[in-house]
Amino acid sequence: MTETAPASSNAGQERRSLSDHLREIEFDPRMIGMVAALAVIWLGFNWLSDGAFLSSRNLWNLLVQTASIAVMACGMVLVIVTRNIDLSVGSMLGFVGMVVGVVQVRLLPGIWGFEHPLTWIVSLALAISLGGLVGLLQGALIAYLAIPSFIVTLGGLLIWRGAAWWVTQGQTVAPMDSRFRPLGGGVEGAIGTSASWVIGIALCLAICAAAALIRRRRKRFGFVLRPLWAEILIAAIGCGAVIATVLMANSYALPAGVARRVTEARGGSWPEGGLVIGHGLAVPVLVALAVGIAMTFLANRLRFGRYVFAIGGNPEAAQLSGVNTRKVLMLVFGLMGVLVGISACISTARLNAATNSAGTLDELYVIAAAVIGGTSLAGGVGTIAGAMLGALVMQSLQSGMVLIGVDAPLQNIVVGIVLVVAVWLDGVYRKRLS
Amino acid sequence: MSIAEPATLSDTHPGQGTPLIEMRDISIAFGGIKAVDGASVDLMPGEVVGLLGHNGAGKSTLIKILSGAYTADSGTILVNGEEVSIGSPRDAKRHGIETIYQTLALADNVDAAANIFLGRELLTGWGTLDDASMEAETRKVMGRLNPHFRRFKEPVKALSGGQRQSVAIARAIYFNARMLIMDEPTAALGPAETRQVAELILQLKKQGIGIFLISHDLHDVFDLADRITVMKNGKVVGTARTADVTQDEVLGMIISGKCPPAAVAGPGALRGS
Repeated sequence: MTETAPASSNAGQERRSLSDHLREIEFDPRMIGMVAALAVIWLGFNWLSDGAFLSSRNLWNLLVQTASIAVMACGMVLVIVTRNIDLSVGSMLGFVGMVVGVVQVRLLPGIWGFEHPLTWIVSLALAISLGGLVGLLQGALIAYLAIPSFIVTLGGLLIWRGAAWWVTQGQTVAPMDSRFRPLGGGVEGAIGTSASWVIGIALCLAICAAAALIRRRRKRFGFVLRPLWAEILIAAIGCGAVIATVLMANSYALPAGVARRVTEARGGSWPEGGLVIGHGLAVPVLVALAVGIAMTFLANRLRFGRYVFAIGGNPEAAQLSGVNTRKVLMLVFGLMGVLVGISACISTARLNAATNSAGTLDELYVIAAAVIGGTSLAGGVGTIAGAMLGALVMQSLQSGMVLIGVDAPLQNIVVGIVLVVAVWLDGVYRKRLS
Repeated sequence: MSIAEPATLSDTHPGQGTPLIEMRDISIAFGGIKAVDGASVDLMPGEVVGLLGHNGAGKSTLIKILSGAYTADSGTILVNGEEVSIGSPRDAKRHGIETIYQTLALADNVDAAANIFLGRELLTGWGTLDDASMEAETRKVMGRLNPHFRRFKEPVKALSGGQRQSVAIARAIYFNARMLIMDEPTAALGPAETRQVAELILQLKKQGIGIFLISHDLHDVFDLADRITVMKNGKVVGTARTADVTQDEVLGMIISGKCPPAAVAGPGALRGS
């Protein structure tokens, strides 16, 4: 049984559908659907904008704009998988961003002056711990006092937005530390072309190594293996996406003035006709990528992730199996808070200012990204990669509409319709599957 | 009168020795209603004890106290003669008490291996989930229970009733249980699968595992159980050796609480009639 080729083990069946084939190579057909939807959106906007959408400049900015929502969407997947919701992330982002702004602009300079090399890391650590604490507090209320998460986080939505205003009585705090600003992207948040290649190639090697490692392990236990062509195809798609992203980021040229400064800083001379220096990958995009990889690892490879999904599938069963469901639930909200802290840094750095309205409506975009990405509100089902792709779909729609000059109210209407239709289609698909 | 006579309860034992499990004078109330009221039961190694009673008689609640799902308000639990405290399902499992719930208590969205090892995952040296080892072990244990089972990669929601039952049983027996609680193990099964479960019970009995069998099916219990304990309104009506009583007498215990002479009466027995 274990060593038979898939084709012969299914010899009894005459005709098999495409989805059977896909299941055999363990490739989620819904993921393919989402990538196809994204392709349609990108090509459509590219056509409507006369090629502006698929320019390296627009794509680079699109990825930077997606980063903040994508980071939070990773946490929202786990929240929704446990049959809960977090409506407070946008307000939490505003509150954490304000506190970070005040600490960075008013408090720390009083201690060690402006532009101190530790300022950025202290700010980041503070944002992560404050976000985590707020998340744990809400999680404790939900898990141990059994208050519905909808209510706790609805309260949080109002409380943290109010608290964000309270920090400075509504004043905007600016500018941010120059070592902190790269977290938000922009020219100073681009890592340059050679560093981008190093990261890109390292990622490709990691993809191939992971595929080989898993295959070897399954082989040792004598399990059914994916056909080799599928294994290679999947790895090739992954590596292709990485390389395409690096190429895109590297071909987006720095403005001439900045390029000149960079060249001179490296000790080179600025030639007559000028030089084209690419941006390379943006720091917030790399942060989002790192968060996505870490969260996927946590969801799929660690006990904690296993418990999160088991609780979503059947909370009582998880509890009867000896899982400390309350603790897991509290930690899920704590983790959500940590990710909000990271996103707060990204958006504060990007804006180069802390404002009390930062993150308004973000909770809805984050939830929409997770749901478009295949997370089921009934719990138990969802993937980190799907949610990040969902965030990219949402942001592509918005950027695309801005690019072709759609009015703001109409943008919201379109995004709203897309959300509803996407969930409906997903439901139809799932019903057909079962 | 409210305390069961411990000396007479042990009179019904098939042999001598220390019971595997002894629950003494257990009570638990939910919102003022006494779901279990001064109940005492015990179980010897290699013995099957049938727990009978109407819906709401308190048998599932009593058993959930043993499996750690509820904590008793009063009473003591002894494992191999030593008093233990069972505050969570994890405690119960540590004492070798495994439970197959009537609802099966499976996480429908994950596969068989994830369910079998839920809460007790095998880890690699790196502290990550060792899915390959868990799948390999699952193949072994499921091979014993259900040799035709092939759907190791699918969420258990996609499985048939019998297959789901096998997963729940595999989870209970994989970890070398010393005693097993089976709550209506055949309620969702067809005749062939019911026979399989019966064979499994006899096989486990031979290995010296004690089994509490909760069932509404009198025939099942008479075929498999060495002793029978009947509950009514949260109290034990009586305990008897299966060989000493007739089905009609047991039915009388369940319906009217009338304890036949061959049974040892509990606090719930109808008196003076």
